[in-house]
Amino acid sequence: MSSISYAARPAAVRWHPLVIRYSPVVVVVVAIVMIWYAAAVLMNLRIVRDQFERDETPYTVAQLIEGTLSAERPLLPAPHQIVETFADDVFGWPVTSPRSLVHHSWVTLSATFLGFLLGATFGIVLAVLIVHARTLQKSLLPWIICSQMVPILAVAPIVIVVLGSIGLRGLLPKAIISAYLCFFPVTIGVVKGLTSPDPMQRDLMRTWSATPAQIFWKLRWPASLPFLFTSLKVSITISLIGAIVAELPTGAQAGIGARLLAGSYYGQTIQIWAALVAASLLAVGLIGLVSFFERWVAQSMGARA
Amino acid sequence: MTLRWRQIAFLAAALGVLASLVVPISSEAADGLFARPLLLIGTLLTAALYAGAAFASPWASIAATFAGVVLGCAVTLGLLHDPAIAGYAGSGFWLFVVANWGAAWLGVAGLAAIKPNDKTAARIVDLAIPIMFGAFVFYLWEVAVRGFGVPSVLLPPPSSIAVRFFSSLWMLWQDFFQTFILGVLSGYIIGCGAGFLVAVVAHRYTFLGRGLLPIGNFVSALPIVGIAPIMVMWFGFDWPSKAAVVVVITFFPMLVNTLAGLNAAGHIERDLMRSYAAGHRQTLQKLYLPAAMPFIFNALKINSTLAFIGAIVAEFFGTPTLGIGFRISIEAGRMALDVVWAEIALAAIAGMAFYGIVALAERATTFWHPSYRT
Repeated sequence: MSSISYAARPAAVRWHPLVIRYSPVVVVVVAIVMIWYAAAVLMNLRIVRDQFERDETPYTVAQLIEGTLSAERPLLPAPHQIVETFADDVFGWPVTSPRSLVHHSWVTLSATFLGFLLGATFGIVLAVLIVHARTLQKSLLPWIICSQMVPILAVAPIVIVVLGSIGLRGLLPKAIISAYLCFFPVTIGVVKGLTSPDPMQRDLMRTWSATPAQIFWKLRWPASLPFLFTSLKVSITISLIGAIVAELPTGAQAGIGARLLAGSYYGQTIQIWAALVAASLLAVGLIGLVSFFERWVAQSMGARA
Repeated sequence: MTLRWRQIAFLAAALGVLASLVVPISSEAADGLFARPLLLIGTLLTAALYAGAAFASPWASIAATFAGVVLGCAVTLGLLHDPAIAGYAGSGFWLFVVANWGAAWLGVAGLAAIKPNDKTAARIVDLAIPIMFGAFVFYLWEVAVRGFGVPSVLLPPPSSIAVRFFSSLWMLWQDFFQTFILGVLSGYIIGCGAGFLVAVVAHRYTFLGRGLLPIGNFVSALPIVGIAPIMVMWFGFDWPSKAAVVVVITFFPMLVNTLAGLNAAGHIERDLMRSYAAGHRQTLQKLYLPAAMPFIFNALKINSTLAFIGAIVAEFFGTPTLGIGFRISIEAGRMALDVVWAEIALAAIAGMAFYGIVALAERATTFWHPSYRT
């Protein structure tokens, strides 16, 4: 759009900052889409050609390429196919229908929210305890860090099995898995934030004979908020991943993870990609939500934009 | 004030231990402690050690506490060998366990409060505290599972997991080889290498870098593990599909971090290199890459955990009859939870070792960085 207007001008002209900022991104995205189409043609070529040869119909190159971009079960669907299927899955069905992607997204989203809430609360409480008890800091913190080097998703199936056998089904087991995945960044971030006020500020609070509770609420907690929100943005996407993965081992009937699993069982590649698009949009939306809250909190605390 | 509080707590722990002599230790008809001379001596000794810890000097107090905790734990575990107690443990037994817990906490707190002047002593104390804490958590797990008689399909005790672990080492090794060596390691090397190379190219051509950085940041935040079913479809059930998932997962964090690291070199240093008439290759070698090292290692550490998760998730979508993720999902379905936990222990050990090796390599190569020069 704007790239056309400046292309005709002499080279010495100063470009608009938005152009300078976004033109590389646009170029790279366009390049990726073009590579994608080329890859789709190449990867689906054999399927389509085999199909033509089995039917013993003569074909031209144009027909072949057209076939690769509209195959029903392609190895790599073309971007426009994914967009079509995504739009159809989202808008083509009533929201409550099990074919609707909105329905599946909502199932995953509710587990994500619950898990995020549990995980963030747990992470904050843990951080507060760690900052205030030296024993906990020395004994528990190394284990918390170790727990993150363990491939935690491996635990997901047994958590589901164990919780299922004591009568917990549905939302909660998934939420617990995503909570377990997402508490860590919050704990680390908040510990960093709560210890960020320098000794001078703490001394100042002491000269005012502030109680520990006052020091916490008036100094440590406000100082930790920027750290908290940075960690929350990381942990909400981890929470989404946890919710999706938690849907895999149980063969859940609903949710984006179940959609991925069903797609891989029946070879519905386009459906898998559409579910991935939905997951990506959810991730972007969730991060946007946290950013919105961050700005709102910053403003109500009197920070300058 | 704190000293008196500590003394009261220690005496309470000693009383709790002694209470197990009178309060029934099992809800079934089982012999009391007086009928078991060895355990009776252990119990009395534990109580004496806890009581002694209340009045000893700090170091002697810590030593007495830990001797008492080890002895007390041994006595309770010995009691659980009696089938009339395992699963039917009574309030006397639990009083003993809680007393051990309290004493262990006091001991760890005492250890944490000590600030040795010697550097190696400080390091040993820093290492000992989490190890003791972890060991006690395992003890509580064992005692709770066996004392309450939790069925092993819900949660097996650590001892039976350890037995299973060492009795099926060959199976674990095969799973480890399939998942870790073939899937994770090859994918990790390819993914990190590709991310690094693309970052170097993108740093050379600023236009490309400015285009890739926002996209890399965006993709890093996406739930990329979702591509696992697609990769399984493309590369088949065996390890190449797992490696492919790992490649895609590790690529973007590496790209983003390396780009950030290459841009971390300061203006003055770059000007200095220019005044030496250094070419791009020389500047890259002597300035940009060393400056980027901490960032690169950060990505390597992030990727070491991501890679493992990616490979295990990919195994949920189809594998040959091998691999950690495969074994976990199969055995969880058959309710053989001790095998599942043994696999998890394997994954945990492998994950920590992987991370530890990367961290050691970081120390060896970026020892000059301010964060290590304290």
